[in-house]
Amino acid sequence: MPASAAGPADPVPDRDPGLQPERTRLAWRRTTLACTVVAVLAARQAIRGGGTAAASVAVAVVALVWLGFLAVAHRRVRALDTVRPRALPLSGAVATAVCTVLLALCAVAVMR
Amino acid sequence: MTGFARSLRLWFAPGRIGDEGETPDYRFSLANERTFLAWIRTALALVGGGFAVDQFLPDLRWGVRIGLSVALLAAGALCALRAVNHWVRCELAMRRGEDLPVSGFPTLLSLAVGLVAVVMLIIVLLGRAG
Repeated sequence: MPASAAGPADPVPDRDPGLQPERTRLAWRRTTLACTVVAVLAARQAIRGGGTAAASVAVAVVALVWLGFLAVAHRRVRALDTVRPRALPLSGAVATAVCTVLLALCAVAVMR
Repeated sequence: MTGFARSLRLWFAPGRIGDEGETPDYRFSLANERTFLAWIRTALALVGGGFAVDQFLPDLRWGVRIGLSVALLAAGALCALRAVNHWVRCELAMRRGEDLPVSGFPTLLSLAVGLVAVVMLIIVLLGRAG
């Protein structure tokens, strides 16, 4: 506990009483898990037709998208580790949505 | 539609969100972020459903399987893009002290998901019968 464990007059308490940053962090974790499931399904789809060169490329793209999502989520989780975190930057929101759309495009590309 | 065009401009000039109005209580921004993430998970679930239809229903006719799959994937992509748009609009409304934007998208999405579910049900029942 930092030394600021004073009375209620303290303008910045040790933690948010509603645990808002924690809840937001867990929401990022859930979303990362959902993204992992989709990425695994995408990889499974890509290698179903055999280990061709196209399949390898598809798996590599899916892995890159997943890593990109992981990086965005990790940065945000780190940024949430304060009592009063700043709002999500627009670039983070756009990157998250772009990863989702890219996974959908991967699905269309490897569809048969 | 002009609202959409305006928020689309903001996508490419993120600094301008901070210029608008004044910073709201951090808890409101975090709640908006969690709503955004819930929509992203919905989008991911739709994309996962598209993969699942393509992978786990190999007995379907090619056209039906691809059609269902592409419909789910398109819904997922739309849902993700709309999630960002709605997040930006909510953030701006909070900064300007306006009412939060209303949207017919949830109704549309639930109707579409219901339709896909009914189609799947019919296909499965017909498959059993035939």
